[in-house]
Amino acid sequence: MIDRRDFLKGCLACSVTAASISVVGKDAFAAGSFEGYPDAMGVLVDLTRCVGCRSCEAACNNEQKLPDPDLPFDDQSVFKEERRTTDKAYTVVNKYEIADKDTLFRKMQCNHCNEPACLTSCFVNAYTKTKEGAVIYNSKVCVGCRNCMIACPFNIPAYSYSSPTNPLIKKCIFCYDTRLKNGRPPACVEICPQQVMTFGHRSDLLAIGHERIKNDPAKYVNKVYGEKEVGGTSWMYLSSVDFDKVGLDNHMQNEPIISNVKDFLGMVPMVLSIWPALFTGIHLLATKNKGEHGDHDHEEGDQQ
Amino acid sequence: MYAVKRQMVMAAVGAMVMLVSSICFGSGIPDRITINSIQKYYDGVDFNHAAHINNLKDCGLCHHHTTGAQVSDPNCVRCHKNSGAQAVVSCKGCHSSTPFSPEELKRQKDQHPPIYHMDKVGLKGAYHLGCVGCHQKMGAPTGCEDCHKRNDSGNGIFHSGTYAPKTPGKAKSSHH
Ligand code: SF4
Ligand code: SF4
Repeated sequence: MIDRRDFLKGCLACSVTAASISVVGKDAFAAGSFEGYPDAMGVLVDLTRCVGCRSCEAACNNEQKLPDPDLPFDDQSVFKEERRTTDKAYTVVNKYEIADKDTLFRKMQCNHCNEPACLTSCFVNAYTKTKEGAVIYNSKVCVGCRNCMIACPFNIPAYSYSSPTNPLIKKCIFCYDTRLKNGRPPACVEICPQQVMTFGHRSDLLAIGHERIKNDPAKYVNKVYGEKEVGGTSWMYLSSVDFDKVGLDNHMQNEPIISNVKDFLGMVPMVLSIWPALFTGIHLLATKNKGEHGDHDHEEGDQQ
Repeated sequence: MYAVKRQMVMAAVGAMVMLVSSICFGSGIPDRITINSIQKYYDGVDFNHAAHINNLKDCGLCHHHTTGAQVSDPNCVRCHKNSGAQAVVSCKGCHSSTPFSPEELKRQKDQHPPIYHMDKVGLKGAYHLGCVGCHQKMGAPTGCEDCHKRNDSGNGIFHSGTYAPKTPGKAKSSHH
């Protein structure tokens, strides 16, 4: 199977040539120009605290009324392979054995980007970035095209096959409906025994993250993952090992994916607007003589 | 001369007061503490405080600067080197059971000076980070149910025990 990110890269490469013509004017939009809404909330995930108890998975399943899991949430055998989020599990915990270091666990879920690629890639505008920081979607308008799955740099949106008549994208919504919009922390944050996740205003969390690193530079790598990655994310991470070792791409661009996708998507309206004109032209050429004659008659008729 | 004498008397009295107060504190230390703030999914913990005191000797390991013991945490030392015993020493006296409520977030933000207590963990986090962290170092038990048994609603949310999936693997047959 073709890797989704490679596919995206391919798409982008194709679009670069076309887009480079108009790229100059787009600089105003580029690279982290949008810092997120001022009151946006976020979550700081400290990987050094996680013990892999999977309580967060259980809480999410319960809160989001997801289908029963295949195995109980206290079953540790799931750690044998690296899992990803699915339509039935908006968050999964993976285990990473780090050579001559302790074992680390990382809970993965939507990172709720400041400038979400899923949102930009969606041509029916199913996605919304709320002022509280959540990236939510309207399943009523989703047509199941899966553009967002391809666009997401973190491989998060999953596709529900359960209903063939109503195929849908599913992902973590920051517990927006039931909690975040009322100022309450997400279910996974609340249940975590180790307070791996700190919920608060994104700007405060950044300060807290950098303070933790400063207070214990031997413990943490000197980076708050998500501060700058892809234009900044609402969920951010602290780690004791290189982020690459816990499944987070350490070389993610600081510019939002939106900047690339925007160029790519810029072609869509172009195609939509040019093709009708093109076909009309061809049609007119093909029916030139007949049309001219007919039109002429018609005009004459009008004049009379 | 008189003044010096008076100072000496005061110092002696001061020392006495400190001694007495520590003895008084001693008598007020509970031997067992029931920790039951998360009884929603787990039974309470009958915590043997006396055994932990005997093993560790250093109150500051758990109580930071509040008991007036010698402070070792460099973060606390910055302000509390000599701040002495506090009126409140219990975990729940300082660590909120709802650390992320809008009120608590505001309170943390508005505190003065807004420096070192900014990142104070909630009550559940304080227990687990403190207990599990030390248990890991000491080779003591670290499993969830080594300290507290999961109750029925806990089994429910974990889909475990009597709530375990009946046909494991069945749902897996859908494409991925
Ligand atoms: S924020 Fe809510 S939806 Fe997202 S992983 Fe946590 S519990 Fe699940
Ligand atoms: S609940 Fe907390 S400690 Fe447990 S696996 Fe999830 S993030 Fe880690």
